[in-house]
Amino acid sequence: MKSGSNLEGLLERGEFVVTGELGPPRGTDVEVVKAKAAMLKGNVDAVNITDNQTAIVRMSSIATSKILIDQGLEPTMQMVARDRNRLAMMSDLFGAVALGIKNMLCLSGDHQSFGNHPEAKNVFDIDSIQMIHMVKTMRDEHKVISGDEIEGNFEMFIGAACNPFADPFHYRVHRLAKKVEAGADFIQTQCIYDMKRFREFMKQVVDMGLHEKCKILAGVTPLKSVGMARYMDTNVSGIIIPEEIIDRLRAAGKGNVAAEGIKIVCEQIQELRAMEGIAGIHLMAIEWEHKVPEIVKLAGLLPRPTL
Amino acid sequence: MITAERKPFEEIKEYVKHYERIMVLGCGTCVAVCQAGGEKEAQILASELRLAFGNEGKKVEVTEETVVRQCDDEFMADMGFLEKVKEADIIISIACGVGVQHACNYFNRVIEGKRVRVVPGLNTTFMGANIEIGHWEERCLGCGDCVLERTGGICPITRCAKGLLNGPCGGSSDGKCEISKDIECAWHLIIERLEALGELDRIKPVEMYKDWRPSHSGGPRRIVREDLRL
Repeated sequence: MKSGSNLEGLLERGEFVVTGELGPPRGTDVEVVKAKAAMLKGNVDAVNITDNQTAIVRMSSIATSKILIDQGLEPTMQMVARDRNRLAMMSDLFGAVALGIKNMLCLSGDHQSFGNHPEAKNVFDIDSIQMIHMVKTMRDEHKVISGDEIEGNFEMFIGAACNPFADPFHYRVHRLAKKVEAGADFIQTQCIYDMKRFREFMKQVVDMGLHEKCKILAGVTPLKSVGMARYMDTNVSGIIIPEEIIDRLRAAGKGNVAAEGIKIVCEQIQELRAMEGIAGIHLMAIEWEHKVPEIVKLAGLLPRPTL
Repeated sequence: MITAERKPFEEIKEYVKHYERIMVLGCGTCVAVCQAGGEKEAQILASELRLAFGNEGKKVEVTEETVVRQCDDEFMADMGFLEKVKEADIIISIACGVGVQHACNYFNRVIEGKRVRVVPGLNTTFMGANIEIGHWEERCLGCGDCVLERTGGICPITRCAKGLLNGPCGGSSDGKCEISKDIECAWHLIIERLEALGELDRIKPVEMYKDWRPSHSGGPRRIVREDLRL
């Protein structure tokens, strides 16, 4: 075991895992975190805690992760390269391990121009792939980048993201291969709507045998409304929503769109579950955490297995 | 070359409003080529100041001079020119930031008995190339350890909004950067270039952590060439 985390254990046992996502509050309100955590508890195997997502300042990922641990959930602490240099990253990782955090996700991070402090200076001392390598070095060689020994234990299950819908498409699998080579133990993909393109991508992944070196969790996000679908398709980088999905939502009619969105996501989960190389799903119910119990139930993913 | 853009007129006017003898000092090299701070632009700024202060009934004397390079002592060591500098209450340097600082340092070094005020008239923007008439783009950040040999001659540190060494990130779409449809994704360009060269395999290994010491992160930089020193 690399970290002894629930997520790692279930994946090692070959369970089809479910991870959730929780966006920390834009302030100090612990109750917001606890309320969202309560909706996810028992419905997912680990919860990603975003790190100033879309470059909007929020409660830190590390602190929110600790609150989750105290609530009896397992966090996956996200870390972006935008806001920290290598010193701050390693220091926060020591703190994370000390607080009992066992999973992390290495990300570049959205550019600060998207957020509420576009005037900020970004860092990008190291990129997300180098971050993966850094954490692996810390865990497997017990050393920081400089080569100095780490005092105490350092265990971590290392995750990374992958966006099969960004361009250039044919290079995406090679970038995933670089993440695997750098030391990623698991991958969570961007939200999948274009199943045809994702199938094509997964074929490349399987042909290269990457799914045998690293666990791949397929990202899904239920669509609440036609407006949300349109917005994500146009404004969120690297998301493609096929017209037929938007048509289905529209055809559902007033009052039934959200239910149709949930139906669609359940169908996507079934399709992904049957796909070669997919070890689980990453369910990102953005500000819709209260629907997670219903979605995982309808998708036949309950009860969650335990170690 | 170094590119720059003129500061808003009102900002420049605010800098000099308490002075009567104002000199606009142009620079005949980089900023002249990008038409921000050369002889012609010095004349234009001087005229604008005369007109604006004149309209307010304020009596000012605005002169204009241009030297070949404000970043080099050699081009400013002219006694006639220095006499004019001495007579000015304030100098608006429309060189890049290097020129502004060097001119200020030089004048205060060589002109005795007078403190010379130098303020900037431009915002220095980047080291870039002239893409077409009236269009310049940033190409180099001066990181001190060039990676272009392995990135198909396209700099990811400068041209990727995140400076990624293992790109492209998940925000690359149709060859454009996530921050703007007007900005090309540097990594998309790198991949296309390397594919055309049949060298895509070169970026398949993980590019390791960059040593930022040769960059500005290592502190202000200097070059001392013993072979060139007198």
